[in-house]
Amino acid sequence: MFICLENVHFSYFQNTPFEVQALRDVTLTVERGESVGIIGRTGCGKSTLIQHFNALLFPTQGTVLIDGEKIPKKGLQLREIRRKIGLVFQYPEQQIFEETVFDEVAFGPRNNGMSGENLEKTVRWALESVGLDYQDLYKKNPFELSGGQMRRVAIASVLSMRPEALVLDEPTAGLDPEGKRLILKKLKNLREESGTTLVFVSHSMDDLALIAERIIVMDQGTIGLDGSVRQIFSQGETLEKYGIKPPTTTRIAELLREKGFAIEKGILTAQELSEQIEKKILKAGNK
Amino acid sequence: MIEFKGVTFWFSEDETLIEKKDEVLCNVELVIPKGEFIVLLGRNGSGKSTLAKHCNGLLLPKKGTVIVDGKSTSQPEFLWDIRQKVGLVFQNPDNQIIATTVEEDVAFGPENLGVPQDEIRRRIDMALNIVRMNDFRKKEPHLLSGGQKQRVAIAGVLAMQPEYLVLDEATSMLDPEGRSEIMTLISELRGSMTIFHITHFIEEAVDADRVIVMDQGQIVAQGKPADIFNQRDQIYEWGLELPLVSETAWILRRRFPELFPSLPLQAEELVVALCSYV
Repeated sequence: MFICLENVHFSYFQNTPFEVQALRDVTLTVERGESVGIIGRTGCGKSTLIQHFNALLFPTQGTVLIDGEKIPKKGLQLREIRRKIGLVFQYPEQQIFEETVFDEVAFGPRNNGMSGENLEKTVRWALESVGLDYQDLYKKNPFELSGGQMRRVAIASVLSMRPEALVLDEPTAGLDPEGKRLILKKLKNLREESGTTLVFVSHSMDDLALIAERIIVMDQGTIGLDGSVRQIFSQGETLEKYGIKPPTTTRIAELLREKGFAIEKGILTAQELSEQIEKKILKAGNK
Repeated sequence: MIEFKGVTFWFSEDETLIEKKDEVLCNVELVIPKGEFIVLLGRNGSGKSTLAKHCNGLLLPKKGTVIVDGKSTSQPEFLWDIRQKVGLVFQNPDNQIIATTVEEDVAFGPENLGVPQDEIRRRIDMALNIVRMNDFRKKEPHLLSGGQKQRVAIAGVLAMQPEYLVLDEATSMLDPEGRSEIMTLISELRGSMTIFHITHFIEEAVDADRVIVMDQGQIVAQGKPADIFNQRDQIYEWGLELPLVSETAWILRRRFPELFPSLPLQAEELVVALCSYV
């Protein structure tokens, strides 16, 4: 049990006339090394949920445990939790403030007292993990970079704290297809090489089909569905109730099934889909 | 018709260009004919937004000219007229709404044009009807969803009765529901005015009359969606991708060359082709 929420309730503006209940009785666990996609309509509580993962928000009722330990309300432990679980907000490049890429990525570890060779090594590792060339970029002003590069610098500046989990709110929003592909690929590598736990909040089912292994569907502050990516995305009709359209490939597979092609459920990538279709064509040809 | 003739642009107060690589637009030649629905694709930093801002003189070419229905944007006396003709909608819905109610926001443009009061009323009704936001006319814009705000921003432009609607990544910050609201709206407006839609979502291009691709400040391709997406290798070189339907078909076509005479762009086309093949 890495990240564990037990009967968590959360309200904004509690005990005021403006009180809004954003989470209701949420219980969930994320294990080390998982890759989890959190989906659901705008306003369903996704962002509120992930802010509980590193103690940016505290439950109004219920408990959050990290590595089996209850999150305290304040104190030094919070710092350690926030280092362990790195949160990347939406459009994180808007929070860049240092004048060089190096200083931006070094900000966190420097505050933790790191310096010299160690610091350089960490910054280099963080930049390379997101596919940026250290030598090329470390002296540059981050504001001169392209949108996709800035986004990756922002992710690197969270990575430089060597978090055990990376929680990302819409990491590919607004990026061009190439930038999007690159970020997804680098995050995938990071998980394979360093065992980093990944949690994504995303509206792009096509992205999640490529990177997530588990999907959690949120609905009006509660968990609607929770299961493997194949299992969740093959439930087209149920997903519709939650305002979600399954990934493009899953939808094509569904259309083909309606026309009598016996394609398996839970197709995720164009490659998988074309292999399935190929088999059916060959089979039909042999008749 | 909007014409770009040898348009070059760089971001500097300095009128002389320091380095060639600083050119954001580089000798762009483009014709946007009346009535078309055109989608502009290109990677981050390829010059798409800069091009869009040239359509109504928000930015002026450093070299070359942009001509809207015969009038150059570089001549200040035409700008007023051109901006009424060419309406721009931007990426972030929160940056475009200024008034405290939906209808006041829509009225802002025509009021500034000095349109008479009852004509303004008529235009607000018309514009809010088109974007289906009539029920929200007295609402405060900050209480709306992203898609609704973006529809109000479009209504504000429609109330100016423009002939060209330029959408600069107007769908990029919206959730899937909001995006599909805007795409539905585009399909309804299509034909009644020229629509120039800039986007990173490849699927939004499959239904266009024409697709234009930009890279490094230049127009590198234009044509019908099917012809553009047929050039798969180049598509990836330009930092783009194929729609997933076309990607699937592409993989299958390597195995069964006669399966898809033309590359399908929409799921239904792919299914029909497969059904007739088997």
